[in-house]
Amino acid sequence: MDWGFITTQTVSAIFGPLAVFYVLGAQGLNLHYGYTGLLNFGQAGFMATGAYGMAIASAPESAGGFGFPLWVGLLVSVLATVVFALLLGIPTLRLRGDYLAIVTIAASEILRIVFRSEALEDFSGGNSGMNGFARSFYDANPFSNGYRYQFGPFEYLGKDLWVMLVGWALVVIAAVLTFLLMRSPWGRVLRSIRENEDAVRSLGKNVFSYKMQSLVLGALMGAAGGVVLALYQNLATPDDFGTKATFIAYTALILGGAARVGGPIVGGMIFYGFFTFMQVTAGQMAKAELLPTSIMDDVQAGIVPFLLLGLVLMLLVVFRPQGIFGDRREIELDG
Amino acid sequence: MAEHAQASPEAPPDTRSGPAALAGVAREIGVAKPDPVLVADSMVRRFGGVTAVNVGHVEFQRGAITALIGPNGAGKTTFFNLLSCFDQPQEGTWSFNGQILNGVAPYKVARRGMVRTFQLTKALTKLTVIENMRLGAQGQRGETFLGALSSMWGSQEREITARADALLERFKLDHMREEFAASLSGGQRKLLEMARALMTDPELLMLDEPMAGVNPALKQSLLGHVKTLRDEGRSVIFVEHDMDMVFDISDWVVVMAEGRIIAEGTPAEIGSNVAVIDAYLGTHHGAELSGGLAGES
Ligand SMILES: Nc1ncnc2c1ncn2[C@@H]1O[C@H](COP(=O)(O)OP(=O)(O)OP(=O)(O)O)[C@@H](O)[C@H]1O
Ligand SMILES: [Mg+2]
Repeated sequence: MDWGFITTQTVSAIFGPLAVFYVLGAQGLNLHYGYTGLLNFGQAGFMATGAYGMAIASAPESAGGFGFPLWVGLLVSVLATVVFALLLGIPTLRLRGDYLAIVTIAASEILRIVFRSEALEDFSGGNSGMNGFARSFYDANPFSNGYRYQFGPFEYLGKDLWVMLVGWALVVIAAVLTFLLMRSPWGRVLRSIRENEDAVRSLGKNVFSYKMQSLVLGALMGAAGGVVLALYQNLATPDDFGTKATFIAYTALILGGAARVGGPIVGGMIFYGFFTFMQVTAGQMAKAELLPTSIMDDVQAGIVPFLLLGLVLMLLVVFRPQGIFGDRREIELDG
Repeated sequence: MAEHAQASPEAPPDTRSGPAALAGVAREIGVAKPDPVLVADSMVRRFGGVTAVNVGHVEFQRGAITALIGPNGAGKTTFFNLLSCFDQPQEGTWSFNGQILNGVAPYKVARRGMVRTFQLTKALTKLTVIENMRLGAQGQRGETFLGALSSMWGSQEREITARADALLERFKLDHMREEFAASLSGGQRKLLEMARALMTDPELLMLDEPMAGVNPALKQSLLGHVKTLRDEGRSVIFVEHDMDMVFDISDWVVVMAEGRIIAEGTPAEIGSNVAVIDAYLGTHHGAELSGGLAGES
């Protein structure tokens, strides 16, 4: 067992691009679920429109894309995400909350299956996805892409540092935006909608419009997460955006505390750190043959973190539904 | 406050509005009022086989306090829901200030100045009392997305808060200002809901059993407040089982039973109306209505 290796891997993960991916996804869900009470179970779909919008528009023509500059790709990401959110919101946001849940989870899966379909391979790259769109992003890197930067015991590739810098900047922007909005009268309307829509209507507020604004804004935060992941990998693959991504983002949100700006950030970092720790430790144990293969081989050990994850989520919901930061009086999962 | 302008009294020469103008009105069901603020026509609402509301024609006088009474299940709340567009009738039209309300979204009805409260209170329990109050204010700059970010809403927020604090004091809720509404009692929630509705600065206020569960001393002070609203030129329609309140403050009483309007008139006349007594007590009872009904409620 190499504890040094386990520690550095874990700490790198806490600040790494995947943590950013989940934090941004969770901040979007915080707006949806934490503040507005919208049950969006398809955050992965919005993360996918973010990643694929850019990938399809900006991948070189040789790789099946349209070869537009990256900024055009980002614009396409934003547009695709807004359109997707409107498409899901318009028919469902006037109905009871569960309809949004059903429609979003189904639509995000449909989107993923469409992206990976063979019939559309020329358009979205099938199950191997789209790649090669991030070149100009790395060309703009102020660090040297291939150089290994040392921070004490930690070491990051210049290329990864650049993704992390941009990623965490996006996290800060999303958090500041959420903070400013939620302390304003606009945020007050959102929090009121979470409690009782009819009361808000009776006071002359257009509930549908606020729910739509919340859906679109939270979707864009998720899309930003998708963009960061796709840039990091220089690749958008369909299976990064399965329902697993949505539920990990929810776990991060509930872990950190819903309806708190810092909740998704801390939750996402702790979640991904813990997850990586479990994975690396399980791998190390398997390697050191601490686990007899008669009980578990290393493939099986790789699944253990997911099992523990489910357990943690259950324990959280039962014993600390308000998460690390939440105020139990203000947010309750049964609400 | 600028918003008060909309509800300010009509010019004095106009004697058609207000309670006094009701004196000359004929005492028959569906009679035209001199200056109606709200008119309902041929409204029918059925739930499966039950006809909850079946109202031929009724007008509510502007600037007056009108009580809507009737036994349990008479259809009063359903009628309120229809008038405020929270529910749609199978038939009928209704209008507020001469504008037809069929198919109008409930929030737009409220914006036009017709604001209602609910029999089953809808306190926003995970917001504080003062935040509940602030939500009621109309035309908030900070309630638009860009307005919220431009942080130009601070001064307006202070104005709103001052108005909210004055109302909270009036409703004896000022000591609960910073508490979550979840910690209020049933009666306090009723009060909060009424105070919050007043934050909208309504032209027509529709209250569904506002005094249910409110203690007698506070009730007296609130009745005074409702009268003040009328004196400011606003119209009030309220549903109430408490006959003391009905007789004390209403200028006009409309009685419903089994979905229909069975009588309307001044409180004194309604108190001795045989059909009304029958509706409440099931059979012809002959007792003084005021005494009999007070016992019922
Ligand atoms: N959503 C609904 N579904 C089915 N029936 C309903 C519904 N709402 C009301 N009703 C029926 O309509 C009738 C009128 O109900 P409503 O609540 O309007 O009475 P009410 O006059 O307000 O009574 P109360 O004084 O007890 O509040 C009742 O028979 C009730 O059962
Ligand atoms: Mg009722």
